[in-house]
Amino acid sequence: MNSLWAVILATIVKDIRLEWRSKDALNSMLFFSLLVVVIFMFSFDPLAEESRHIVGGLVWVGFLFASVTALNQTWARELRNQVLDAYRVSPAPANALFLAKVLGNFLFVSVLEALMTPLFVIFYNVRALGPAWQLIPIGILGTWALVVNGTFFAAMSLRTRSREIMLPLLLFPISIPAVVSMVAGTTAILTGEDSAHFYIVLLLTYDVVFTTVCLALFEMILHAE
Amino acid sequence: MKRLFPILSIVTAFLLAYALYQALVVAPTDAQQGDVYRIIYYHVPSAWTAFLLFLINFVASIVYLIRRSPKADMIALVSAEVGVVFCTIVLVTGPIWARPVWGIWWAPGDIRLTSTLVLWLIYVSYLLLRRFSNSAQTQMLAAALAVFGALDVPLVYFSIWFFRTQHPQPVIGGGGSMDPRMLHTLLINWLAFVCFAFLVAWSRYRLEQLQREIEQAHAMRSLVGSAVAAKASLPLSRSSR
Repeated sequence: MNSLWAVILATIVKDIRLEWRSKDALNSMLFFSLLVVVIFMFSFDPLAEESRHIVGGLVWVGFLFASVTALNQTWARELRNQVLDAYRVSPAPANALFLAKVLGNFLFVSVLEALMTPLFVIFYNVRALGPAWQLIPIGILGTWALVVNGTFFAAMSLRTRSREIMLPLLLFPISIPAVVSMVAGTTAILTGEDSAHFYIVLLLTYDVVFTTVCLALFEMILHAE
Repeated sequence: MKRLFPILSIVTAFLLAYALYQALVVAPTDAQQGDVYRIIYYHVPSAWTAFLLFLINFVASIVYLIRRSPKADMIALVSAEVGVVFCTIVLVTGPIWARPVWGIWWAPGDIRLTSTLVLWLIYVSYLLLRRFSNSAQTQMLAAALAVFGALDVPLVYFSIWFFRTQHPQPVIGGGGSMDPRMLHTLLINWLAFVCFAFLVAWSRYRLEQLQREIEQAHAMRSLVGSAVAAKASLPLSRSSR
């Protein structure tokens, strides 16, 4: 158990240090989602009342697309200098590596969300009419849902031709229930017309189910070559 | 086994012809919808067949993950391919039926329509993965994705649960009432469709088997060829001494 946490911690610290020095993933994600905000603003040009109904969808679609750019880099970075091969032969548990990658991506996407959400609020003049604190569990669970499957599928698409395009093709269909819950839950809170409890529970179920499956299958995926 | 194939083909042809006759001539016209409703005999059996094939795909993928048997992988591949075809039929006949009956082509909030679409998307991405991945591990990756896809289905269903559904209640087990002759025709059609799906899947399975044998033979030949070439080109090898 101790070695598991040690490996997780070491990998996360390494990833954060790499990201801190290069800022590749964060910069590309930030600029990408900024573009999404601006393009959506020009294509819809909503009134404050309408925007309450559509902004939940816009925010999550923006984050979904932006997180793909970070997820694509997460394993590709390990291919240089055969780092991934070194992981394969090392006695470190495979799931520790997976969890570290998921936590790292979770952190990066959360930073992105923390920086971009105020922009959405400013551009679309939104104010929540329902209980706004519920946006926090939806944000956390939704981000985890995107990141856990995304990290797994990114590892899977390493072995395919044109892997950059393969990741969204695999990730988006499986993520549809999570995206529906995030968007519908956010809209329910912003408009205050509905309760978001059902969607929070559904997101939690999605997270538990797919985290379990990812952990069960990751070792096989890592050693596949 | 090989002698069974033509027999099954003939039986399927008869069943399909009989089912068509039943659907278009024998089954009574619907009191509210008129003759338009007859598309049910293609829409619903296709859906059931597609779901059955996806279930087979899931089971075969699990078996592959446990046993690593190439047969299970081929069954998974074939059932996904044929299942996507039948699922496409469902998605095409659905709007054709919905337009005259509901007045709209597509009901975005409808639970069964939307979850069938998502199911179709998941299995198309499964087939894409098999197409794009060319390593020796394709089968294992595909089996893992199939597990994800199958687990996703109930979640898709529940996530659309909150929207009001426009679809009629299930014909069987849903408390809906249906003329027994209609039900009879529906089941005959389903039987014919399952036979047809099985027939297509079987020939696809044999094709896949042959293709893999050819690939293996090619690989073996190039291995033998390169071994001979290596012997000829290395004067210091054991055979030339």
